[in-house]
Amino acid sequence: MTESASQERLLLEAKGITKRFPGVLALDGVSLSIRPGEVHALMGENGAGKSTLMKIIGGIYQPDGGELLLNGKPYTPKGPADAQSQGVSLIHQELNLVPDLTVAQNIFLGREPMGAGLLSEDKAVKQATELLHRIGVTFDARTLVRDLPVASQQMVEIAKAISFDSQLLVMDEPTAALTDREVEALFKLIHDFVSPTTAVIYISHRMEELMQISDRITVFRDGRFVKELKTEDTSRDEIVRLMVGRKITAYDRPENVRDPDATPTLEVRHITNAMVKDASFSVYPGEILGFGGLAGAGRTELARAIIGADPKTSGEILVDGKPVTIRRPSDAVDAGIAYLSEDRKQFGLVLDETINDNVAIASLKDFTSKIGLIRDRDIAKTAKKYIGALSIKTPSATQQVKNLSGGNQQKVVIAKWLARNSKVLIFDEPTRGIDVGAKQEIYTLLDQLVQEGHCVVVISSELEELIRVSDRILVMCNGSITGELSHKEATQERIMELATTFRK
Amino acid sequence: MSTVQAVSAPAKKPALPRRIPSSSLQQLLIFGTWIVLLIGFSIADPHFMRMGNIVALLLASAVTGIQALGVTFTIATGGIDITPGLGMAMTGVITAMCMVTFHLPIWLAVIIGILSGAILGWVNGLLIAGFKMQPMIATLAMMLVAQGAALVLSGSKPVYTTDEVGFDQIARGTQLFGIPNAVWIFLGLAVISWIILNKTRLGRYALAMGSNEEATRMSGVNVRRWKWAIYVLAGSYTGLSGVVMTSRLSAAQPATGSGYEMYAIAAAVIGGASLAGGRASIVGTVIGALIITTINNGLQILSVPDPWQKIFLGIVVVAAVLVDLYRQHNQKKVK
Repeated sequence: MTESASQERLLLEAKGITKRFPGVLALDGVSLSIRPGEVHALMGENGAGKSTLMKIIGGIYQPDGGELLLNGKPYTPKGPADAQSQGVSLIHQELNLVPDLTVAQNIFLGREPMGAGLLSEDKAVKQATELLHRIGVTFDARTLVRDLPVASQQMVEIAKAISFDSQLLVMDEPTAALTDREVEALFKLIHDFVSPTTAVIYISHRMEELMQISDRITVFRDGRFVKELKTEDTSRDEIVRLMVGRKITAYDRPENVRDPDATPTLEVRHITNAMVKDASFSVYPGEILGFGGLAGAGRTELARAIIGADPKTSGEILVDGKPVTIRRPSDAVDAGIAYLSEDRKQFGLVLDETINDNVAIASLKDFTSKIGLIRDRDIAKTAKKYIGALSIKTPSATQQVKNLSGGNQQKVVIAKWLARNSKVLIFDEPTRGIDVGAKQEIYTLLDQLVQEGHCVVVISSELEELIRVSDRILVMCNGSITGELSHKEATQERIMELATTFRK
Repeated sequence: MSTVQAVSAPAKKPALPRRIPSSSLQQLLIFGTWIVLLIGFSIADPHFMRMGNIVALLLASAVTGIQALGVTFTIATGGIDITPGLGMAMTGVITAMCMVTFHLPIWLAVIIGILSGAILGWVNGLLIAGFKMQPMIATLAMMLVAQGAALVLSGSKPVYTTDEVGFDQIARGTQLFGIPNAVWIFLGLAVISWIILNKTRLGRYALAMGSNEEATRMSGVNVRRWKWAIYVLAGSYTGLSGVVMTSRLSAAQPATGSGYEMYAIAAAVIGGASLAGGRASIVGTVIGALIITTINNGLQILSVPDPWQKIFLGIVVVAAVLVDLYRQHNQKKVK
């Protein structure tokens, strides 16, 4: 196959692209061949390296190794503007619009039509209106982007990309915010766009869409190229298998036994807000409940809604069978619910302060004497206890937290919430940024917490990890809980399937 | 063609001028506030509406107005510039010394005065756009530098320009309808500023980077260069304000100017500029400057002591910002 590819004329060819970020090898010598006239889907789990490669193609990142060829000539974009001028446009996963400018002003930002030395609004509006007609949308080009719904903003991004006379259009999850009708319009647009000299690279997790729109599919896994397939010759199952691929390390975890009659420690009923649709679940004492799904499925958003960090339009929360009112994060903490963010450095820790300070910060009230002075000796005692119990590796309790490793920092966060007597600990990506050896330790610690009667919720995008730690797994997709799997039922394939089940 | 009806946001009426809702409504609101102030002060004291006082009021609004126009641009980018007040002292001293000490012709002194402000702005730009300093800290530092420079250059003494025939006419000449030239300079600069903000790339990029700097950079705009240019522009306004102030007083006062920057910022914010960046209005800033001077002037006429005037102005600024926050809050809800 590589042989035939090398004989064909390729629009874009990536050869052995390597990209390293601090501590992570994001791309490990990947290849990609885009032929003119095709829609090429790029598939892989979160973290497979798709978006990184797209950012390299779009000029946002520079590769550490490898070579890009555009129409057979070396292609080394120095920035997004340079890529665009060479006919490569990237439509980002995140919207990249200026909210206080109009649609027309956004489309021509950086290359404004001029008249008599001044900006010509009339020209911009006229050209933008033509573009919007071409992609089949009807809103006014003079609308402020701020006033448009997200889906329409996405269409503005697309109009902007098209306006560059691109030969290669890269779309990273363009349909995430679109309704079915808008997706249809987008697909028609893609068909119209593709000509014998142009091509589209399309990234999406929605399998049905890919089968419908793409001519070829390339699968990445863990920063490596796995396989290139013709869409007509493959199946959904085969793609999922290639995406997950790696051998599952067999691990027999002791199944935590839960009392069938027990009252759930945390019960959540019908939580709904902008990002979460009618989510209900219960966590029982002595079990670890896992949440699986792709990035943006609504897991973090559900957790934030539960702890009152984001507003919820409806829903009830019960702790130990009693309803609690949670309007802001402090209410959740008072109710015994702790949320351990994936971004420990921003939300979990005060990096410049000591272990003592960090352990005490959530429960300073308990460490304050009657006349309002902080009892440092009690804090030191408590911190010492947790350093021992959680085996935090540090020369002393007065060590600044920023000098600890990722795994030990995570343990300090856990100590902080244990000191606050939290009953429910919700971990968001508990091992992100933690190296492999320390991961095992965190897993053991999770089991230990549950055995001591705490109840643990784990949100994880690493399937292996999710299966490893959870007694039960709930999978979310597009804001809804799409299924529940017991520890025995859970396989990476089943989780991926539920994670790509888009409900209407 | 309209396959995607659901996408169309507001009803399509291309014939009508749009954006009546938020920005124009606010301009109307602050214009109304100004009128109410004028009526209120005239009722409280009939002296207020005398021609002589109105001319004095307009003359006083010119310096604050010119500085407020400059500040409007930096606020649009999401930054801030607090050099105008003491920068005015420095550029005033430089302008006066060009004539008095170096005997340069008036026109050249004026140009050098404006240029010295532009250089001050260039350094602000270097620190903020070049070295990525916090605008507040960078301009705070430059404010002190400007104050020191004004005192050092002048030997801490006022530089009188009374012997420079015609120089006082720049601010005080009343060739047109009996209104001082300083007011015409202010209004002329407002027109130029409106064109720059709304009709040139400089203004467009200022608003764009204030609204979403990353997206602006991604669009291929050299954010660093344009932001730098904004601070140079704002600095040259400071330079002009120094020229006008010196002409108005027939002297450069090296020890004054402190606090003017706050009036300028307040005028821009009252006029609807958002300190978060991305939103600014020249018409609003002009009315904002008039409101500030009207309050100062009116309270003086009513013999309200100076400290109380300051308290009152502070309350006005807080009210303006609250209106702005309320509006932003509603916008978020719409989203």
